[in-house]
Amino acid sequence: MKTDIVLAGVGGQGILSIATILGAAALDEGLHLKQAEVHGMSQRGGDVQSNLRISDRKIASDLIPFGSADLIVSLEPMEALRYLEYLSPEGWIVTNTTPFNNITDYPEMEEIMAELSRMPNVVAFDMDAMAKEVAGPRAANMVLLGACAPFVKGLEKEKIEDGIRKVFGRKGEAMVESNLRAFRAGWDSAANK
Amino acid sequence: MKTKQLLLGDEALALGAINAGLSGAYAYPGTPSTEILEFVQGNDVARQRRIHSHWSSNEKTAVEEALGMSYCGKRAMVSMKHVGMNVAADAYVNSAMTGANGGLLVIAADDPSMHSSQNEQDSRFYADFALMPVLEPSDQQEAYDMARYGMELSERFAIPVMVRLVTRLSHSRAVVEVDAEPSPENELHYPANPRQWVLMPAISKMRYKQLLEDYTGFEQASEESPFNRYIEGKDKSLGLVVTGLGWNYVNEIFPDGIPFPTVKVSQYPIPTAMIGRLFDECDAVMVIEEGQPIVERKLRGALDRTGVIYGKITGELNLTGELTPDGVRTGIAKVKGDMECLKAPELHAASKVTKPRPPALCQGCGHRDVYAALNGVLEEYSHPKVFGDIGCYTLGFLSPFNAIDTCVDMGASITMAKGAADAGQHPAVAIIGDSTFTHSGMTGLLDAINENTPMTVIISDNLTTGMTGGQDSQGTGKLEDICLGLGADPAHVRTIDALPKNIEQMKSLFREEIEYKGLSVIISRRECIQTARRHASVKK
Ligand code: SF4
Repeated sequence: MKTDIVLAGVGGQGILSIATILGAAALDEGLHLKQAEVHGMSQRGGDVQSNLRISDRKIASDLIPFGSADLIVSLEPMEALRYLEYLSPEGWIVTNTTPFNNITDYPEMEEIMAELSRMPNVVAFDMDAMAKEVAGPRAANMVLLGACAPFVKGLEKEKIEDGIRKVFGRKGEAMVESNLRAFRAGWDSAANK
Repeated sequence: MKTKQLLLGDEALALGAINAGLSGAYAYPGTPSTEILEFVQGNDVARQRRIHSHWSSNEKTAVEEALGMSYCGKRAMVSMKHVGMNVAADAYVNSAMTGANGGLLVIAADDPSMHSSQNEQDSRFYADFALMPVLEPSDQQEAYDMARYGMELSERFAIPVMVRLVTRLSHSRAVVEVDAEPSPENELHYPANPRQWVLMPAISKMRYKQLLEDYTGFEQASEESPFNRYIEGKDKSLGLVVTGLGWNYVNEIFPDGIPFPTVKVSQYPIPTAMIGRLFDECDAVMVIEEGQPIVERKLRGALDRTGVIYGKITGELNLTGELTPDGVRTGIAKVKGDMECLKAPELHAASKVTKPRPPALCQGCGHRDVYAALNGVLEEYSHPKVFGDIGCYTLGFLSPFNAIDTCVDMGASITMAKGAADAGQHPAVAIIGDSTFTHSGMTGLLDAINENTPMTVIISDNLTTGMTGGQDSQGTGKLEDICLGLGADPAHVRTIDALPKNIEQMKSLFREEIEYKGLSVIISRRECIQTARRHASVKK
């Protein structure tokens, strides 16, 4: 049992908290885990990614080899496409469709959506909108966590919710509840895929 | 008793050191090493024990401070990014000559692939000519374990020990088994050989002989190290010498065991007896190491009469950039193409739609206003030159600002502007951040002050070390005093708030000082928006 995840987004969007919560849950379950992330210059509004590997066996490499990621999980649609070579043939892409446009030559949305629809296994929807509806504009990453959670093997929904409680506990009950709402909304949109 | 924690490589090493009885941690922030000292700053045991963890002005002062603590018999560590080793080199190389008293770890975090650096230099070269042992962990657990082991090794041989990290370990998390109880700190005690700490020629000559003798002990320790291993393998058509993270990638490719005899190297000097046995038993040898091919070069020698060594120099593995599981797989495949597990995997084609997304200065960053104003003024000149430096403001090179002409090393903005002004360049403008200024800019400014060089130094003061995530900056609140204290003319040390509404004022100030035919310093000030946000949320 293993799940290899490429987490993608734009610096400052908050992909690392997804990794932190899955990490806390995996640690609790006694699973093996490696998570490589990028700090420093690229965090300033550039593209960022993190490799997260969860397994019941010892994990050797911190980096995911080509063609073996089970999931690409992205807060931004163009960023989801940046890592296609890492995705295994039967892997899933779970992505937000709200573009983060901070460059002058950002591609047309139709091109991005066309490329996404060519891929075999995709969950893509407007997670910013869903976050606003159920929790607040900053909770898009929790919607994304919820939407990718059904594909993460070895971690039950409840365990990930415990991870959310643990990570946001310091910030108060209201924060935990709102993040859980966002997480569950994301889960419901993806669980029957 | 052991407990499990999820830790970055940097954090594992820091916690290992605390649990090994650390008394002082010293550092200047630099990616990917920053989290080492940050971890100590946030650690409860460190706080209770008052383990020293204040940032130093630069890597050289940090090494010397750590060496002073080691002199007094306490365990110390000093951490920096690889290019910080260049700044620290004088202290570092000579610390092999003084030796250590309390255990001393010098941690150098290399950045192959230049994720956040200007070069790919490999810190193992420094240890090689300084004649110092090196530990190179291949995973987070080894990083933790090597802290204690390294402290003991350092005390056993009375020598500082380098710990070499790379970005992929520094910034990768894994579950690590850690001691539940930290060991006690050392008592204060002085070196058994006090003369050795005075590096006068007569003493140094004797000491150098001793160091060379001790080196054979370091070599023996490498042969016996728990971190170096000879692993048997059935297929003797190839042997592998694998260092650091290369170990993980080889194991990723061969999950059921490496078929070839393999020497895993995580402690240097290289274990030559172990590797000699590999050469005796195998038809050919491949060297897989992260960074520059230092081990490969040593094994080849200048003439390379063996003819059976594969690696980066012969091109099976990339000479530039970090190792990856795919790079190592294709490298071995070039030699042993017939194996099933080396076949290229099925992949989706790369997307043709994506565009590069380079980093940029944050919206609301004061550096933006500095560049906007500076560009506005420099348009009025035919060939202005702006000498940049290391920090977030290096991003001023990219569009929309395209504002700097050079970026070399910490502090070089001021000194290169001076050299250019000496050559007759006008305007010669240096732009430097507050933390870089106190790191390595002050001494260069003194040169310019002493000659009243006609140039303009802009210190873009954001009250922090922004690039690495907002660590305390050593000059905060005293930049004007520092410049005046160095002897700058008070009439030409000017301060302004870098705000969009002040753009016109900033422009006229810049214009005035550029027109002045002597040295001027302009301090344009605005707190980094990222640390400002953090401070605001703490206050709430
Ligand atoms: S982190 Fe601070 S200094 Fe760096 S670009 Fe952002 S606001 Fe400017």
